[in-house]
Amino acid sequence: MNALTFTLKNTLQFSVNCGALTPDNLANKSAADIAKIKVTYGNSTVLAGDLFEISGNDAAHIVFKNASDKMDYIGAHMSTGKITVEGNAGAYLGFTMKNGEIHCLGNAASYAACNMVNGLLKIDANVGDFLGAGSEGLRKGMRGGTVIIKGNAGDRVGDQMRRGLILIEGNVGDYCGSRMIAGTIGVLGSVGVYTAFNMHRGTLLLKNVPTLHATVQYCGTHTLPYLSLLFKSFKKYNTQFSQLSSQRVQRFVGDAAYKGNGEVLILNA
Amino acid sequence: MMMLLNNIQIDDTFAEAFNMRGTRVIITAQNLKWAYHAANAMTGFATSVIGCGVEAGIERELSTEETPDGRPGVSILMFAMGSKVLMQQLETRMGQCILTCPTAAAFSGIDGEDKISLGKHLRYFGDGFQTSKLIDGKRYWRIPVMDGEFITEETTGMVRAIGGGNFLILATSQPAALAAAEVAIEAMKKVPNVIMPFPGGVVRSGSKVGSKYKTMFASTNDAFCPTLKGATNTELSPEIESVMEIVIDGLTFEDIALSMKVGIEAICNLGADSGVKRISAGNYGGKLGPHLFKLHDILNGSNS
Repeated sequence: MNALTFTLKNTLQFSVNCGALTPDNLANKSAADIAKIKVTYGNSTVLAGDLFEISGNDAAHIVFKNASDKMDYIGAHMSTGKITVEGNAGAYLGFTMKNGEIHCLGNAASYAACNMVNGLLKIDANVGDFLGAGSEGLRKGMRGGTVIIKGNAGDRVGDQMRRGLILIEGNVGDYCGSRMIAGTIGVLGSVGVYTAFNMHRGTLLLKNVPTLHATVQYCGTHTLPYLSLLFKSFKKYNTQFSQLSSQRVQRFVGDAAYKGNGEVLILNA
Repeated sequence: MMMLLNNIQIDDTFAEAFNMRGTRVIITAQNLKWAYHAANAMTGFATSVIGCGVEAGIERELSTEETPDGRPGVSILMFAMGSKVLMQQLETRMGQCILTCPTAAAFSGIDGEDKISLGKHLRYFGDGFQTSKLIDGKRYWRIPVMDGEFITEETTGMVRAIGGGNFLILATSQPAALAAAEVAIEAMKKVPNVIMPFPGGVVRSGSKVGSKYKTMFASTNDAFCPTLKGATNTELSPEIESVMEIVIDGLTFEDIALSMKVGIEAICNLGADSGVKRISAGNYGGKLGPHLFKLHDILNGSNS
């Protein structure tokens, strides 16, 4: 069986909602049936076959070729299988993803892993703002799963994140871990200002010391035994985080303005 | 039918065992010395459910590759007559023996459909400063303590198990019986999934079910007491001067049977010149439990 492949025919003028094109929805459907699925394109509705060349028959592995940053909601609500995005992805990549794996070979726009529940999301390049955050109006962001970013991330990474793991090899913008409820965010590059703003609980694992605001308090340098468990869990991923071994960290706790018990750990102290 | 192994008589009898609930906990620490301090405290005063609530013991040492946090450790097994007692005893012992022991950490050592609390309630010792981490689907609690942080997994598994497997060593002197028991224990310690919960793995005060006193539901096994040979319906021949018992709790029937086989064979390898003349077992005539470990079948490899 060959991967079910959607090749974009022409450059998109508007955003297209790809939320219907998931392994869950396309299982046991023929290419002809899939071509007749309606997708939202701009403010109109078109058939999937109008936008994509469709080939292959294994809906458990879907490939988007020539993918564009106007392709939103790729892998939305998916609970099984794998999606490979050859190119860039639009906003809401892996929206409310419940399980399975998404691998984006290019960049992804804002709100990737938004409301994510479980599964694995890998992005080989950069990602926009609100990675792992909650969608508008929700009080909780990402609730589980693992996100690995090889490049940089924008502002508000993990905003209101409730659970799960985000590993970023590059730099991140401002307000990293803002309003974070729990979970773990690792960043090997630099972080912007207002890191851990209004953080409740959870862990920010940073390589470089950020400029922290006054309500994130320094608690000294320590050897934390639980880091061996955490680092062991990183080993199965192809990421620079797999190389971490030192349990010696500087520990900051906050955000005191919120009576928060979150922690910012600076590696290799 | 008479069975002799190296001129030591194996009685045609059986050990009678009963159903229990069991769990395994992995204790790690900065080094083995402190892992043992923690594990010895946790398995202390846990020889018999009759007076201790649980029966517990150290199963084996674990290498750094075998422990969740990569530190040296030991695994302990704990058994009780019911799930409620096991849960209560585990929590109490975690709080008083593992939480208090410098550098010690505790992890689940067994999966099971039933989960019981390991650090789930102990976390409140953190007084609001405790934090949890969900790593690879397992929840751990980090409790700030004066030496740094105490790490414990939230729950461990609880499984159905068997307690009370046993055999008796009948010898011509007390030193001979004890020396043979020590040899057996050393061999049996290499068998996984079992513990011998009594001091040094050996019990000298084997009991029978019931008593002449109404308040006692177990009392001395007078039939095997050498000083009562003339005063009771004795099981002992004139040359027997001392009897030692080894009690085994295990996760499965097969684990206990293997442990008994290994222990009895180790004793028989000493030969009758060691002073050991007979191997028997605690047979209570069906009053104690449903699991029968027939000595001849175990040694023939046909017990099931």
